[in-house]
Amino acid sequence: MDFHLSKEQQMLRKMYRDFAENEVKPLAQEIDEEERFPMETVEKMGKLGMMGIYFPKEYGGAGGDVLSYAMCVEELAKVCGTTAVIVSAHTSLCCAPIFEFGTEEQKKKYLPDLCSGKKIGAFGLTEPGAGTDAQGQQTTAVLEGDHYVLNGSKCFITNGNVADTFVIIAVTGKTTDKRGRPMKEISAFIVEKDFPGFSQGKHEKKMGIRGSSTCDLIFEDCIVPKENLLGKIGQGFKIAMMTLDGGRIGIAAQALGLGEGAVLEAIKYTKERVQFGRRISQFQNTQFQLADMHTRMQAAQFLVYSAACKKQLHEDYSMDAAMAKLFAAEAASDVTRRAVQLFGGYGYTREYPVERMMRDAKITEIYEGTSEVQRMVISSHLGVK
Amino acid sequence: MKVIVCVKQVPDTSGKVAVNPDGTLNRASMETITNPDDMNAVEAALKLKDETGCKVIVVTMGPPPAEGMLRELLAMGADEGYLISGREFGGSDTYATSQIVAAGVNKIGVEKGDIVMCGRQAIDGDTAQVGPQIAEKLHLPQVTYAADIQKDGDDITVKRMLEDGYMTIKVKTPCLLTCIKELNEPRYMSVGGIFEAYSKPVTVLDYEALKDDPLIDATTIGLKGSPTNILVSFTPPQKGAGMMLEGADMATCEKLAGILAGKHII
Repeated sequence: MDFHLSKEQQMLRKMYRDFAENEVKPLAQEIDEEERFPMETVEKMGKLGMMGIYFPKEYGGAGGDVLSYAMCVEELAKVCGTTAVIVSAHTSLCCAPIFEFGTEEQKKKYLPDLCSGKKIGAFGLTEPGAGTDAQGQQTTAVLEGDHYVLNGSKCFITNGNVADTFVIIAVTGKTTDKRGRPMKEISAFIVEKDFPGFSQGKHEKKMGIRGSSTCDLIFEDCIVPKENLLGKIGQGFKIAMMTLDGGRIGIAAQALGLGEGAVLEAIKYTKERVQFGRRISQFQNTQFQLADMHTRMQAAQFLVYSAACKKQLHEDYSMDAAMAKLFAAEAASDVTRRAVQLFGGYGYTREYPVERMMRDAKITEIYEGTSEVQRMVISSHLGVK
Repeated sequence: MKVIVCVKQVPDTSGKVAVNPDGTLNRASMETITNPDDMNAVEAALKLKDETGCKVIVVTMGPPPAEGMLRELLAMGADEGYLISGREFGGSDTYATSQIVAAGVNKIGVEKGDIVMCGRQAIDGDTAQVGPQIAEKLHLPQVTYAADIQKDGDDITVKRMLEDGYMTIKVKTPCLLTCIKELNEPRYMSVGGIFEAYSKPVTVLDYEALKDDPLIDATTIGLKGSPTNILVSFTPPQKGAGMMLEGADMATCEKLAGILAGKHII
């Protein structure tokens, strides 16, 4: 196993880092305080190719690889969890299913604007009654002539208020599973925000990633052209699950970056803070804490990079992505909490970034499959039933 | 039309500056960056490329690892790189360096309509001598301290920044310009550019490649060809952070006068 980054990846890391330090970090506190979506950053990222890293150039992508994308989310998350999830949801949950399941026409129509950041993408699976239980979908799509009519609603949609292009999962009929038991036939659609009958609901006020847009999507006799069916009819559940597999790499990278960012902040702070006449970095408790924190994040990085490389090689990476997300998310929550503790009272204030990192880290244990779902995925791959 | 940009890899002095016991800079222990003023020259060239579609060539003299810097400039959008590298060139001062770089630029070829660009000065030596010397050796008209560049056919109008004002100079191409940081904000490498950077051509020009140029002579290159001797180099003492008062009203003036009086300056 080769753990070395290619020359291009090393150069990318440097570029992501420069961009994150100069363009993203200065805004991180402000967009958190004001719950403001950083549209100006998205425009800059679009121009630099960061909104379509691993898609081919013929569709407007940067022609890169999945690890290069994960590294981008990681570097952004080191300074701003919000900016990281904007890129992750856009890339993994909207561009990826269109690229992987779309027709040539759909790819040519939607990917160039998405990859250049001119348009932002989002993904609608979750409903009030269908979170972890994705089969509980209530949104319906009925074929009427040359179009589908969608009715229902989605909730907690990342990038929801700002997106132009959505991949939406809806029930198109009834079917039976392998054992003949009745189940819902689920399909996927590409929906544009200007389609009649489509609207976006209120912005959710969240604990963390407060600059990111999260809202409901509402479909009231929403007209979706027949050619906007993504994949085949009845393929929606597979598309959703495969999309979430890929999305987990992005969220795992976000968690990884948050934890790494907190370690960097804690190292800097503990080398400056003096108590009892000594820098607190001179106390063994601080040293051991930071050693453990760094070790956990390093382990998380190996899992995340391994999953990304497997996806790139078209190997089965479903369990790897689940393990990466489970481990990185729990490590990020633990490490950011410990960072706040090392900062003491100052860590609890908004003067320092670690309290924001701790709030941002919590969501990585919840969205795109909770840690419990990741354990379900991993154990099912182990054949434990 | 093409723009040839001369760049230098320098130690990153924003971090810790390491000095050898003999007073020379310990380059090996420091991170390297592209000289900041040279980045402004690269950006100016890339802007001209955006406007006119011209070719941008980056050229540097340095040890083999300097190729990494050229690749980064290719990732920003430059088309081609030239690395002038050879033991014979080691130890060159500004005079010898400009002899060698001018020979390298000659090898690439300067034609009608072309522009050669340099940064004003490098942060390691701060001499601002190499750009002007290259211009003299290539017999090109030169405009230093460019803070704005407008191209109009074969003419270029340059705003030349001086300490107490600026000059506007019209110059015919081919010519050489040295650029300052006020000229522009260098762009980032792009993701797509990075994936293309290693497939773009980088040519190494060694002593053999340049030796036939009249500028290249054992007495004009390398340590032997360098009339400059460094007696001592040192890290300047750190200045305090300073204080900025904003406002043009009487209260601010009184506050300023109070601070200065408190320090017994007035």
